[in-house]
Amino acid sequence: MLSNEEYKELLKTARTIRHSVIDTTLKAGGAHVGGGMSMLDIVVMLYFKYMKIDVNNPDDPDRDRFVLSKGHAAIGYIPLLAEKGFFDKKLLDDFNKFKSPFGMHPDANKIPGCDASTGSLGHGLPMAVGMALGARIQKKSFYTYCIVGDGELNEGSNWEAAMTAAHYKVDNLLLFIDRNKHMIDGPVEDIMGIEPLADKWKAFGWKVLEIDGHDMYQISEAIEMAKEIKDQPVVVIAHTIKGKSVDFMEDETKWHYGAIDSALGEQAHASIDKMYVELGLTE
Amino acid sequence: MSKEVTGTTWNVYDANKLTQAEIYGRVLCDLGEEYPNLVGLTADLAKSTKIGLFEEKYPERFINTGIAEQNLFGIAAGMAKTGLLPVVSTMAAFASMRAAEQVRTDICYQNLNVKIIATHGGVSFASAGTTHHATEDVAIMRSFANMTVIVPADGIETANAVRASLKHDGPVYIRIGRGFEPTYYENEDYGFEIGKAVEVRDGTDITIIAMGITVLQAAEAADFLAKNDGLSVRVINMHTIKPIDREAIMKAVTETRRILTVEEHNVIGGLGTAVADVIAESGKGCAFTKVGLNDEFAEIGYPEDLYAYYKLDADGIIEKVREIMGKDFEEDDDWEDEV
Ligand SMILES: Cc1ncc(C[n+]2csc(CCOP(=O)(O)OP(=O)(O)O)c2C)c(N)n1
Ligand SMILES: [Mg+2]
Repeated sequence: MLSNEEYKELLKTARTIRHSVIDTTLKAGGAHVGGGMSMLDIVVMLYFKYMKIDVNNPDDPDRDRFVLSKGHAAIGYIPLLAEKGFFDKKLLDDFNKFKSPFGMHPDANKIPGCDASTGSLGHGLPMAVGMALGARIQKKSFYTYCIVGDGELNEGSNWEAAMTAAHYKVDNLLLFIDRNKHMIDGPVEDIMGIEPLADKWKAFGWKVLEIDGHDMYQISEAIEMAKEIKDQPVVVIAHTIKGKSVDFMEDETKWHYGAIDSALGEQAHASIDKMYVELGLTE
Repeated sequence: MSKEVTGTTWNVYDANKLTQAEIYGRVLCDLGEEYPNLVGLTADLAKSTKIGLFEEKYPERFINTGIAEQNLFGIAAGMAKTGLLPVVSTMAAFASMRAAEQVRTDICYQNLNVKIIATHGGVSFASAGTTHHATEDVAIMRSFANMTVIVPADGIETANAVRASLKHDGPVYIRIGRGFEPTYYENEDYGFEIGKAVEVRDGTDITIIAMGITVLQAAEAADFLAKNDGLSVRVINMHTIKPIDREAIMKAVTETRRILTVEEHNVIGGLGTAVADVIAESGKGCAFTKVGLNDEFAEIGYPEDLYAYYKLDADGIIEKVREIMGKDFEEDDDWEDEV
């Protein structure tokens, strides 16, 4: 259970990163803000409470791993790595620019703290299962976390990896599905439906948890619960809102990717602040 | 200068205001009437590739598989087997790599009538990074038997290529850019034919063989070099990489004795390699240089930055031509009469 203090600190961190996402989008000339914001609270919880990582030793072989399978959401991830302290925030000014380490998708060759180069959908879960098996075979205790998009689940490779994880009883891996209900061409259930989603994962041999992916208490609880489950992989279906915290982006397919000008940027910053006030953050 | 698309099957569009992808989307809409068996397919990229324009007009003749490219090409193969004419559009990286085996075995081996319009080719999706660059696709696709490979110079040529591909029996891979590329052609009526290169500048000192966006850049370089260096530079638009126009290559070898290939692709396996094969097999010697990505993954950046960095723009091409012209090249005139 999160303490009150912890809860407030995590909210503050998430708020700071959300502002940074907007600032970075302005500088980058456009970004996948919708999917960046929908997963953000989960990634904040992982990096700022649970993951065993050392910003001064990002390649530590015993560190916990994180795979952002929905790599296009880099805009919600790279500013977070900066906030965590893996590199100087000033570097974000060059996002998308020539020879920058940061583009629309995270590049593990170039970004300290990033464990996998992703962006081609359907690659992350197989790599994450591989990392979990890598820990087991080498008798290491690190944990692997992975986030996939809901539209991304159309890719068959996810289900191939799902079979493997269940078959090998992988229990040092935690998968989050960012169930924000939108992909590029429209709502997921209109373009290529994935329901009944929980039943599918159960049929594949996984333990399924369902949460509100913006409720810090529920995210934390799910992670702790998952770690108690042995001999079976666990997936958390996190119900989220695409574009969360930016009023004009929320639940809008078209904000999958977009550019904002400074006026929209102002509106976005104000909307973020308003949301956190409503959550009880007064400072 | 307004550049117009004037083909017979559709009305005039201002190509300057349309992206390459929008143009093919509109061409497909018009061709939908002519070919009642034409069906469109994509994998959650109806908007990004512009095949969605066809979907708007013919929703009942359109399939969106969701984000599932292997499935996408398998389904297209199945549909082709029933007599439909599938036109499939997704990003080049996913068409050529994710679904490579479906394209090879299901479509090419069975020699099915499936047309692939691969968008975001080369490094055109620049700051999206390596996962979304496709600098291998031409090499992969041209190694598949039965496959025809076309890299149009611009939107107008894309319109021509799409139309010609439907008349052609068998699989065709058409690789275009992100859609914001400037156009080279003024109109569609310059005699586009699959497998037949177009000479866009005549010249006798050196020949630049280009494909895709580098055609415009090579033409600009040729004009600059004519004016400033007094050079006579031939430029060939090699829009069809397979089957390649051997005649145009050998004519250039004989008449200019210096060949520079320029491609938005790895220099291994693409246009340069295809041209080199022809020259090597002919037994004729000539100065030969390939420009492209030198067996490397590209940087992140804006498209203009990357084109400049990899010497695919006019400045880069000018620099390369000057380098080649500055080299001593021993001309052996003996074989000229053998051609
Ligand atoms: C293999 C592959 N196909 C297509 C794309 C293009 N693409 C990028 S994001 C996206 C939609 C993703 O939807 P979803 O997984 O729901 O992500 P989210 O809503 O969290 O942004 C698509 C089709 C891709 N990156 N990779
Ligand atoms: Mg989604």
